[in-house]
Amino acid sequence: MTTSEPASGNGNGGAAPGELLLKVEGVTAGYGGGDILKGVSFTVARNEIMCIVGPNGSGKSTLLSTISGILRPRTGEIAFLGDSLVGLAPRQILGKGVVLVPQAHSLFAEMTVRENVEMGAYTVRDPALVRRRRDEIEEMFPLVRERAADKAGSLSGGQQRLVELARSLMLDPSLIVLDEPSIGLDPPTRRTVFQMVRLMNEQGRTILLVEQNARAGLKLSTRGLVLENGRVRLTGTGREILEHPEIGSLYLGGAVSSTPAG
Amino acid sequence: MSARAPVRALLVVLGIVILGVFPLVFSNPTTTSIAFFTVVFMVCASAWNMFAGSSGYIALGHAVYFGCGAYALTLLANHLGFAAGWGVFALVPVAGIVAGLIAIPTGLIALRARRHTFVVITIAFMFIFQLAAFNLGFTGGSSGLQPPTPLWSVKTYNDNFYYVIALVLLATVALSWLVRRSRFGLQLLAIRDDEERARGLGVRVGRVKLTAFILSAIPVGMAGGVYAYFLGQIFPQFAFDPLFDLSIALMAFLGGLGTVAGPLLGALVLESLQQYFTVQYGASQAYLIIYGALFLVVVLLLPRGVIPSVEELISRWRSRSGAPEPEPGETGRTGGGVVEAGAR
Repeated sequence: MTTSEPASGNGNGGAAPGELLLKVEGVTAGYGGGDILKGVSFTVARNEIMCIVGPNGSGKSTLLSTISGILRPRTGEIAFLGDSLVGLAPRQILGKGVVLVPQAHSLFAEMTVRENVEMGAYTVRDPALVRRRRDEIEEMFPLVRERAADKAGSLSGGQQRLVELARSLMLDPSLIVLDEPSIGLDPPTRRTVFQMVRLMNEQGRTILLVEQNARAGLKLSTRGLVLENGRVRLTGTGREILEHPEIGSLYLGGAVSSTPAG
Repeated sequence: MSARAPVRALLVVLGIVILGVFPLVFSNPTTTSIAFFTVVFMVCASAWNMFAGSSGYIALGHAVYFGCGAYALTLLANHLGFAAGWGVFALVPVAGIVAGLIAIPTGLIALRARRHTFVVITIAFMFIFQLAAFNLGFTGGSSGLQPPTPLWSVKTYNDNFYYVIALVLLATVALSWLVRRSRFGLQLLAIRDDEERARGLGVRVGRVKLTAFILSAIPVGMAGGVYAYFLGQIFPQFAFDPLFDLSIALMAFLGGLGTVAGPLLGALVLESLQQYFTVQYGASQAYLIIYGALFLVVVLLLPRGVIPSVEELISRWRSRSGAPEPEPGETGRTGGGVVEAGAR
């Protein structure tokens, strides 16, 4: 328990914007026999919103699982602020300020909204700190305060996503890893969720997200990465990828720049 | 929540006062003896609920810890040459520790399994311990053991035992309340809701479950010790009794599983009722019919138990008579609206 208690200010303290936050180098990983990731390398700088896109089975979710410690890479290196994350338990990685928000429905349905948010900081021993963070988060997400005593399972899909985002802030993380934040949401709700992601980014948090809705994800992001068959096909700014002729026709249904996105 | 807090505080104070003055007001030995047994079961149901109600693992073998506490106190009092009297009560915490120690290996084994398999393993443990108590030499086999018997008057005897078990109850309820409100309790609730999800958040589920299991065995062991000393004799079939396992679980279900007050209410109603029937109509086990009927009523009308159902009724009544509830869509809109304002 000692390793996983960031006392305060991971989000904004420390180094300047643009500094290298996460470095993934030559990562090979997979379940069972085969490799899903085949030598993936990329970097994420502080204050970026980096979006990973790619077809089904390209290894997007596997990559996030590997970064957050759920899956151990077979080869390669993952470094966060210069410290290796390889071999650390998810809990220890959480303690370093890297928080994963898993794909939809990760709340505890029978627990209240407030209990769910507090679960985000169950490793923090100082109750005053937990209360302070909770107050800040309730300020940012009024929904969390309004529905505090309601069971999380009684919220709509979009509201649950917002509570998941709120929960991820309880450890005051530097890097928030989002797995398909817009999955299953209607366009207006998706816009609300993306606005919240942008707000979190404006508050000094770096975001790494995987998005099935590639166009919307890339529009939200400062940089994008195309994953194909477990290899990095292309990296660049969100706009560069959106306008790349081949990528556009392969994954984004072509004629990208002219189509309005969510 | 803030409106409820003073009411709760008042109820707690009232409960403690009633617990304290009960034998002074109702001094009839039959009544105080019923009160003693009732408080024993309040301790056990509350402790059981601390693990099972919070984690969702319905253990049906806590008689193991009750019996081990009973045998531990009796064996230690006899072998260490304790004179009958107050001194033996010093062994009550030791009985709790012995139960806690036995909960380590049994818990480690049982908690490797989930849900139904877990339940079956806990039942199996109970019968293994009963069988061992029948067959091992140091337990006295089927003729059981006798702890020293204090030579107090009937009234003093009942009162002394009552106040000792009342202290154990206060400690157990305090522990249960602390667990419910702690980070540890939050992790238990998360396990009850979805163990894999809790593991995914980094909760050390194995360690949390085992700790709660051990914590819940300790007060049950202490109650077993006091119970054996009160009865002045202990037999395998009463120390390791399957009906005990069912009773404490049913008490928690009746009052409200997972709540602090629920098991206390359940034990208060069921155990006092059972004792009363036994006194009135002899040990015919006719109370089992009443148990069955009562549970049918609860399952049909109040499936979540009395306390959560009553709380729901009160909050529904309040929202109807007080301020109108927000429209279902309103909260969502508010959330979205402020998000937009913040994003600008």
